[in-house]
This record gives sequence, structure tokens and C-alpha cells, in this order.
Amino acid sequence: MASDDVWILGIRMTKFGKHPDKDSLDLGAEAAMAALADGGVTMRDMGVLAAGNLLGVSGYGQQLQKQIGQTGIPVYNVANACATGATALRTAIMAIKAGECDMGLAVGVEKLAGAGLLGAGGQAKKDADTWERSGRMGAVAPVDGRIGTDGMPGVFAQVGMEYGHKYGGATFELFARISEKNHAHSTLNPLATYTKRMSLDQIMNDVMIAYPNTRSMCSANCDGAAAAVVVSGEKLKTLGPDQRRRAVKVSASVLTSDPWQDGCQVLPDVNTLTRNAATQAYEAAGVSPSDRDLVELHDCFATAELVHYDNLQLCAPGEAVPFFESGAPWRDGSTPVNVSGGLESKGHPISATGIANIWEVCHHLRGEAGDRQIEGATVGLAHVIGLGSACGVHILERAAA
Amino acid sequence: MSERITLVDYLTLDDADEPHLVANECGTCGARYFGRRNACASCFGTDFAKVTVPSEGVVRSFTIVAQAAPGVPVPFVAAVVDCDGTRVRSNLINVDPDPEHVVLGMKVRLATYLVGTDASGTDAIGFGFEPM
Ligand SMILES: [Zn+2]
Repeated sequence: MASDDVWILGIRMTKFGKHPDKDSLDLGAEAAMAALADGGVTMRDMGVLAAGNLLGVSGYGQQLQKQIGQTGIPVYNVANACATGATALRTAIMAIKAGECDMGLAVGVEKLAGAGLLGAGGQAKKDADTWERSGRMGAVAPVDGRIGTDGMPGVFAQVGMEYGHKYGGATFELFARISEKNHAHSTLNPLATYTKRMSLDQIMNDVMIAYPNTRSMCSANCDGAAAAVVVSGEKLKTLGPDQRRRAVKVSASVLTSDPWQDGCQVLPDVNTLTRNAATQAYEAAGVSPSDRDLVELHDCFATAELVHYDNLQLCAPGEAVPFFESGAPWRDGSTPVNVSGGLESKGHPISATGIANIWEVCHHLRGEAGDRQIEGATVGLAHVIGLGSACGVHILERAAA
Repeated sequence: MSERITLVDYLTLDDADEPHLVANECGTCGARYFGRRNACASCFGTDFAKVTVPSEGVVRSFTIVAQAAPGVPVPFVAAVVDCDGTRVRSNLINVDPDPEHVVLGMKVRLATYLVGTDASGTDAIGFGFEPM
């Protein structure tokens, strides 16, 4: 328990799904108060609050304080697309590492049930009465659907298809089988939005959204929140035996953006920044990619999960297809991936996702995951990516004793 | 003949009506961009020259969009076309939008189509890539 380490002291996610009777503050308060209770601490102990809520009220963190405890601490409202939750957590971790405080709270919340496709909401854009150039492309009319697609299902479909173009073997059926795995895993997760096993036929014959992603291969819009309490190693030494035993070490907390790569402004390059984040994280944690016992990665679409096997170095470069074919990422395989059910079945309440996947990993490292426990898990990795792009990778380790 | 305008400023039509895509190429590192630039995202240089992008390429990636934002007609094929080293975001046109007719690695060429005509009678000309 080195003094400069940072630990997760308490962490919790709400049930993901439809919460028509709860607003974003109810959900955030539920997760935050549960995380505090889980850590055996109160708002009085917190030295910083970092909060993410992309689609709700502005100044979400301060609004939340008014529901759970106003103690005058600094609040950071963060926004980093689908990596918002991971960014909030990392903000609290950085405050501790900077020595500004010894405990902090991170919260991510979203109300998304019934919001339709990711990136496809809003009003129809109309052509003007008279053509007039505007914007960086000098466009005279909206280009979504005329020059490619702005919709996330199509963008991430192309990410997966590009991998297939480079390395081969990435068929519609293969992507559907990835989704089959995650839906099968979800049956053991009572907090997931959807917990139904789906057959390959059901998945492939579901409503097509953007080939090769059918509806069941897309992340599920839902409501949900997740929160985590982080503590310095120095402070943790002074806490009780149960708190120390259940604390989970943050062995690496990395955030990257996409460095310039050829073609990255034509199709977002979600690969390089993920590979960079993973490399930095493995180095910081002093673990090798083969050391992890479970991985929660950002399967916003089935086509995305495939490329991240490679990006997170779960397999050799170019070997994601044989890696999946080997059965490795199933919960009984050598590298269980998304045993929570992943975003495709657990759900993807955007700002909550980057903390919820860390909750999942902590749940296993603490040996508290019940039916879906990965036995003997000691090291886990959580990954999120927000298009634009931002990538968060956290490596977590069970307490030594 | 009615007035014409291209859908985006990086699509040009020459005297013989041949369409071309024109990129901004960084004078320092050669990175190519579509659209107005402040500086090069790769090397931070600020000297750019206009270069004509080859009009033939191969499909590096695609998706067949079946559900899109309100007002966007579906289905359509969105793709990344590799034009001899310059990647272009485009729709694939003049092809059936199904995985039997659209395949990775297929050869395509630049083509244009009428987007629409505005109140003053000006035609907007868009581009896509079609199978060769
Ligand atoms: Zn340059």
C-alpha cells in the first residue's frame, strides 16, 4: 500500500434500464450515496467532486451536491463524449495525485431510455431555399447521408469493416457472434438493461441499422448512473480492515486523444489512441497484457469490440479474428471480455459507462460478483472510447491481503 | 443551361465537365485535408497547396446505412475510398446497396449526381464513387 498509490474505496452502479420515475439527479444521488456507503465514508470526507452528465442539466455536479451534501469542495463538470465517466474518475484521481486532497468522488449519469440511435437524434436538416456555402467544407446543403454517414452505427461499422479489409475474416456472421457472446454473458448480470440470451439467427435477422450492425449489435440506450470514491494510499492506511481489504488499487489511469494518422479525419481512427492508452497503462501498472483476468472494453457496437481485442493487445496485431474464434473472450475462455454483457446488453448511459465498467471489474476483484464471478481475478482492465476522440484505460488490481 | 454549384467546395468541375476532388496538401509533410485548415494537424505547418486527388480508388471500408437521422434517405452506402494513398469519405452510388454488390477492395471511380435545384434555378452537384 504505497503512499502515492490511489485506490477505489467505494464504487456502485445503479440498475441500467428504464427509470421513468427518476430524474438524472435521483440516479446520480443513488449511485453516489451507494458508493459512499460502500466505502464507509460520507460527503464530509470528500475533497473533490468530478461529475459527468452530457444530456442533462448544466452544472450537474453542483446540482448533485444540493441533493447529497454541499461541503464547499471544488467541483469539476467534465465532458468527453463516451469517455466522460472515465474522465471524471481520472479527474478525481489526479486531484489526489496532485496532493490537493486524500479522497474524491466521481459520478457519471445519463437519462437516455428511448433516445433512439446514438448520434441519430434531433430534427431533420432541410436544404436552404438558395444554395450558399458554409462551414469548413463550403457545403451548400447538409452532407450527412450525401457524403458518408454521421451516425455512430455506420461510423463504427466502417471501423470494423476496415479491420476486415486489412486482415480478412471479419464477416457479418463473425460480428454477430461477438454480440451473441455479450448477450449470453448478460444473463448473469441483474443490473443489465437486457438479460436475454439471443441466438445467432435472432441477432443476424434483427432490424438492420447499419450493415453489418443489426439492432442487437448496437449499444442499448438506457438510463443509469455510476459513482466511485477514490482514496490515497496514505489515507487508506488509516482506515479500517474491511475498507483496506475491499479497496481496489488503480494501477494505471490513462487518458489519450487521437494522434494524427493518415485518413483519421476521413474515418475516425479509434485504434491508435486505444493502442497508445493500453501501452501506457501496461507500462504504468507494470503488468503485461497477458496478466489480466478480465477486460471490460467499449463495445458500443459489435464491430468495435473486434478491433479493440487488437488495440488492447489481447492478441497479436492482426489476430483479432482468430482470437475470437478461439473462444478466448467468452467468460470461460482465457481472456474474458465483457462478462457484464457489454454495452450491447448491459446498456450505455453515456457518462455512466466509464465508471460502470470499472465497477464491474472491481466487483470481480473483490470476489463479490456472485454467479458471474471470474474465479481468482486479481487484475482487470476497463476501457472506454468517446468519438472525437478520447480514450480512457484503467488497470485495477485486488488488494494484496 | 442552368447555373451549377458543387455540394462542397472541394469538388470541382473542369471545362470538360470532368469532376475532381481537390485537397489541401501540407507543404511541409504532405498530409492531405479536405476543408479549410488553420494549420497541419500532423506537423503544425501552415503552408498548403491545392492538389487534385486521383479519381479512381478502392473501397477500404463501407457500411450500408439502413437507419439514419431524420430526413436522411436510406438505404445508402457510406464508404472510405483509398484514391492512390488519399483517403476520401464518400457514398458509393450507382450500385445496389447490398453486401452482394458492395464488397471490400472493389475498384471505384468518381461520379457526380444532381443533389437538387434551388429557388433561383441553380443545380447543386454532389459526388460519389461508382463501381468501375
Ligand atoms: Zn504537415
